[in-house]
Amino acid sequence: MSDTATGDERVKEMSGFRKALIRPELGGIVGTVAVFTFFLLFAADSGMFNAQGIMNWSTVSAQFMIIAVGACMLMIAGEFDLSVGSMIGFAGMSIAIFSVTLGWPVWMAILTTFALCISIGALNGYIVIKTGLPSFIVTLAALFILRGFTIFFPQTIERRTIIGGIDDAAEGDWLAPIFGGEIGQPIFVWLADLGLIDVFERGNRAGEPVIDGIPMLIVWAIALVIFGHIVLTRTRFGNWIFAAGGDAQAARYVGVPVNRVKILMFMFTAFCATVFATCQVMEFGSAGADRGVLKEFEAIIAVVIGGALLTGGYGSVVGAALGALIFGVVQQGLFFAGVESSLFRVFLGVILLFAVILNTYIRRIITGER
Amino acid sequence: MATGRAPIVEMKNIEKHFGSVIALNGVTVEVYPGECHCLLGDNGAGKSTFIKTMSGVHKPTRGEIFFEGKPMQFDDPRDAIAAGIATVYQDLAMIPLMSVSRNFFMGNEPLRRIGPIRLFDHDHANRVTMEEMKKMGINLRGPDQAVGTLSGGERQTVAIARAVHFGAKVLILDEPTSALGVRQTANVLATVDKVRKKGIAVVFITHNVRHAMAVGDRFTVLNRGTTLGTAQRGQITPEELQDMMAGGQELVALEGSLGGTV
Ligand SMILES: Nc1ncnc2c1ncn2[C@@H]1O[C@H](COP(=O)(O)OP(=O)(O)O)[C@@H](O)[C@H]1O
Ligand SMILES: [Mg+2]
Repeated sequence: MSDTATGDERVKEMSGFRKALIRPELGGIVGTVAVFTFFLLFAADSGMFNAQGIMNWSTVSAQFMIIAVGACMLMIAGEFDLSVGSMIGFAGMSIAIFSVTLGWPVWMAILTTFALCISIGALNGYIVIKTGLPSFIVTLAALFILRGFTIFFPQTIERRTIIGGIDDAAEGDWLAPIFGGEIGQPIFVWLADLGLIDVFERGNRAGEPVIDGIPMLIVWAIALVIFGHIVLTRTRFGNWIFAAGGDAQAARYVGVPVNRVKILMFMFTAFCATVFATCQVMEFGSAGADRGVLKEFEAIIAVVIGGALLTGGYGSVVGAALGALIFGVVQQGLFFAGVESSLFRVFLGVILLFAVILNTYIRRIITGER
Repeated sequence: MATGRAPIVEMKNIEKHFGSVIALNGVTVEVYPGECHCLLGDNGAGKSTFIKTMSGVHKPTRGEIFFEGKPMQFDDPRDAIAAGIATVYQDLAMIPLMSVSRNFFMGNEPLRRIGPIRLFDHDHANRVTMEEMKKMGINLRGPDQAVGTLSGGERQTVAIARAVHFGAKVLILDEPTSALGVRQTANVLATVDKVRKKGIAVVFITHNVRHAMAVGDRFTVLNRGTTLGTAQRGQITPEELQDMMAGGQELVALEGSLGGTV
């Protein structure tokens, strides 16, 4: 620390290395490079890096990304949401019950579900703000309540916990393809014509490219990452998010509407969970009461790998997206490499520990604590 | 310095009760533009409570506040900020993890339009921050340097510069020097002096008589929720101030036994 104002000889010029360390994305970038290097070296011939393989881990990564963006911005605002996984199950079941059981048009089921889930997110936030309880506890309660209802409703109404037939109901719907559709099909036909990607050799789809198009899931993931990144780094509201998580009281004293910021972030997290659920339901054509289990932790881990501090006030959406990419690549890579899939959890635990230790170290550098 | 001009803030017979605790029992203070008004008192005397009624954090139980001659009621800190009363709290001035520039503009972010959307104008924010810091004598590595790397005194200075930049007419500093070393304290006191010379009213809270004497124009001593009156600079000695803070004779006796070291 320097005591004087001008030219203190004790303020060391910060080395380029330490400067680079201070970027929250650093861990994510290093991890991404490491993971790709590893699988390129050891699983290059497994099919992981051909067109289908890439599409495979991209889709899985995109799933993680969608919920990681919400979790990231909420964590930077200083709060957690442990109900994300339950919210995913709940939202999917809500769409199924409205559209299949009640026979509503799918677009109406989707919009109603968004309204419902975002309201629940707002309620989570409101309770956290009003009671002053840690969001960890409040959303843990929501985790159980939502999961309970997600099982209770289909059980009671339909006597089962999986509701199918959503794909039939969504036929011709205008909103469903925004979540379950694909884009860019002509590009893949063209790439196949050029011989850059494979085509099916036989079967009723012979001659068609092995990839139809880019799933909307991936489009949503990219859009949310860009949106989140811009809001966080380039807007007034983004500054308020950092401030609310960095020190809520200091932010209030200069007039930042901390409560509003936090509640909006809870709502955004719920929005992301609902996007995830809607894409999943449209892809599978069904909703299951056990969907989304443990997703909240996966989202939080991706965010932490991405450099965010668990204590709030610091982090990056791009970092969180890289964390999600690492997740997707490793999970699918182990599958391609034929490694026992339970080892994925071991990997998660280990990398989480490393990420938290690295982040704590970086925090010390930034704040000059020692 | 203050005579012949109208006070910018008048606090009349302010009382504040917290349940059965009477934190303030009728305190009257006037603050003039361009003066440094020192509020002295021992721990628990009611200094923080008093300035919080001025900055809109607490509503007084009884008493009147006049701001620029008009009766005023602040319902929350934002009202007071909007009116031009800025408060710098000792440990809550800045957010360590955020850059100096983001801190400086926190709550007042400059915007730049791009079509229908409005973005945080980082270029403007960075430029102004560097300029303002230079004026205050703080050399930053860059506007993106985290506040956490600044010393306590520098953080106070940044917070003061921020309040001044955003047009504060009254600047309240709650014990800005109590956790600082000698050099840092000197820097903060120099900053207070600069601010006062701009015509801004400074309310400077401290329990250190020497810090008060260094910059104060007038001195009000609080003791157990009441004021023992306001003295002009030159009308009172440090020893008298010290006695008033201690509430009378005890310290004189103590000082005798310690050989004048307190
Ligand atoms: N929010 C509060 N609730 C109850 N009592 C309070 C509150 N704030 C201050 N007090 C009491 O009021 C008295 C004055 O406190 P304070 O204004 O903080 O003193 P100072 O800043 O001079 O050290 C103390 O006895 C303190 O315990
Ligand atoms: Mg105090």
